[in-house]
Amino acid sequence: MNKHEQDLQEVVDQAIAEQKVPHVKFKKIVPESVDIARLTSPSKETRQEHWGKGLTSLAIAVIGILIVAIIGFVGVRGLATFVDDKVNIFNFLLTSNWNPSAGKDHVGAAAMIVTSFAVTLLAALVATPFAIAIALFMTEYKSGRQAQFLQSVMELLVGIPSVVYGFLGLTVIVTVTRSIFGGTGFGILAATLILFVMVLPTITSLTVDAFKAVPQDLRKSSAALGATRWQTIFHVVLRAARPRILTAIIFGMARAFGEALAVQMVIGNAVLMPYNLVSPSATLTSQLTSQMGNTVMGTLPNNALWSLALLLLIMSLAFNFLVRLIGKRGS
Amino acid sequence: MNSKRTDRLATGVIYLLVAIIILVLIGILGNILIAGVPHLSWHFLTSASSSFEAGGGIRDQLFNSLYLLVLTLLISLPIALGAAIYLAEYAQDTWVTRLIRTTIEILSSLPSIVVGLFGYLLFVVQFGLGFSIIAGALALTFFNLPILTSNIEQAINGVPQAQREAGWALGLSNWKTIRGVVLPSALPGIITGIILSAGRVFGEAAALIYTAGQSGSTVDYSNWNMFSSTSFLNVMRPAETLAVHIWKVNTEGIIPDVNLVSAATSALLVIVVIIFNFGARLLGNWLYKNLTAAKVK
Repeated sequence: MNKHEQDLQEVVDQAIAEQKVPHVKFKKIVPESVDIARLTSPSKETRQEHWGKGLTSLAIAVIGILIVAIIGFVGVRGLATFVDDKVNIFNFLLTSNWNPSAGKDHVGAAAMIVTSFAVTLLAALVATPFAIAIALFMTEYKSGRQAQFLQSVMELLVGIPSVVYGFLGLTVIVTVTRSIFGGTGFGILAATLILFVMVLPTITSLTVDAFKAVPQDLRKSSAALGATRWQTIFHVVLRAARPRILTAIIFGMARAFGEALAVQMVIGNAVLMPYNLVSPSATLTSQLTSQMGNTVMGTLPNNALWSLALLLLIMSLAFNFLVRLIGKRGS
Repeated sequence: MNSKRTDRLATGVIYLLVAIIILVLIGILGNILIAGVPHLSWHFLTSASSSFEAGGGIRDQLFNSLYLLVLTLLISLPIALGAAIYLAEYAQDTWVTRLIRTTIEILSSLPSIVVGLFGYLLFVVQFGLGFSIIAGALALTFFNLPILTSNIEQAINGVPQAQREAGWALGLSNWKTIRGVVLPSALPGIITGIILSAGRVFGEAAALIYTAGQSGSTVDYSNWNMFSSTSFLNVMRPAETLAVHIWKVNTEGIIPDVNLVSAATSALLVIVVIIFNFGARLLGNWLYKNLTAAKVK
């Protein structure tokens, strides 16, 4: 028993000795002595609390370790191309000569970078008007049953696995583009059409949130000024929701940029600079999925692929950063 | 007059765009189901896939998908539950918490192929697990964790504060309150979240190609010894799932009935996803009605 506890014991003993409540038979309720050790030790509840908090913090720590590990591992492997194999980073980003097995002067990813951005931007461009229309329909035009129905339509579109989209693209879209535009039918156009459906639910649900966040008062004031529904939507709702709509589009683009299998099945997988929408080309993800198994760990072709993966990771982080930036500006 | 006409025009355009999307969905579902369902037979579901000839089934792939789903949920559920409870109940608004939330957001937006490649690097190569079910399940855990966590957190946040206060008023510790009061009332939401994430895991392929592998080993369904290399329960064997199977037969195209096999498998996947979607909603509503005192909205 330390000094502090001894003092406490004295105080408690004194308090018991001095206790005077005239009306109560007081031997019965006042303890003869007090066990300080029990009094100062944590209660069962406190111990449960520590246990619970520790357990849940552990789960959080696991998630933290995961993200550090991903960035660390992919980063180290991805940088090996530039550190070990001495590939010039500007060559990697700006030239489109991709044949890593031929040596370090043939590691140019520009064709894939351009294609990746092209399909991403086009998909977002096609999907956004539809997403805004659906979101307006759900929030400004109909709310009850019809909105619920559209909600389930979107959930189903999310739920369909990406390979199924890829298979549909392969059997339907590629066939159609081939018969209309000639050539093989594989290419950016087919990838765009598939990605459009895949990113639509993402953009829509976030846009719905954006519209719902616009205060009802604004709409009412606009209506009170005699504005038609469209005038209210165009001048008030869309403007107030603009930052969040932009965020929604970026989230959609992040999804499109990272989508691998569906794109790989319809893009044609030829690492060439795309010169039109229906010529076969390759994105970062499609090249990764189709080639990773064909290379030997630690060789230049393999390292070059890991650099593509690192590029994907960096782009994913960049999209996140962009969303945050817009969020800050908007608030 | 002019503005009224614009209003009508805008309304028309919006209805048109919505109608197009509904048609697109009907087209997609119709296409998959009409092309696939006629080929879904008991024989197709219960026979082994073939590598060169026509007429193969998807028995092993189907089992692998389910097994992988169960393993993934077994690993990710406890972690997600813990993390969600921490975020919903314990976390204060400090920079640490904000960092954690950012981390989870980043993790959930990572492309699944990057997650898959990381899994390949860490589990398959570094830990020496080889292409195996367990490596696939671990990779899917990464993919699943952030989504599951935020779903569960939402469910927990939906529990009225008064219920917690009632628990504290009874002298329960915070942790006891969470376990005894908050979690049971959040259960319907949690289960819905689990089922929805299960649907995603079931159809995921990109994260599995380089972790669980693209080949199936010979599997013996009567061998219950988990450590035997031919046992269907062995977690160290490579395993191809349904989604990976569709991707592989289409990109390699060795078997002559590629379209038939992938159409039928796609239909199966979509049916399972639809069942998961509606099942989640129905089960959620039912649990909500029967487990909690609250009224259904």
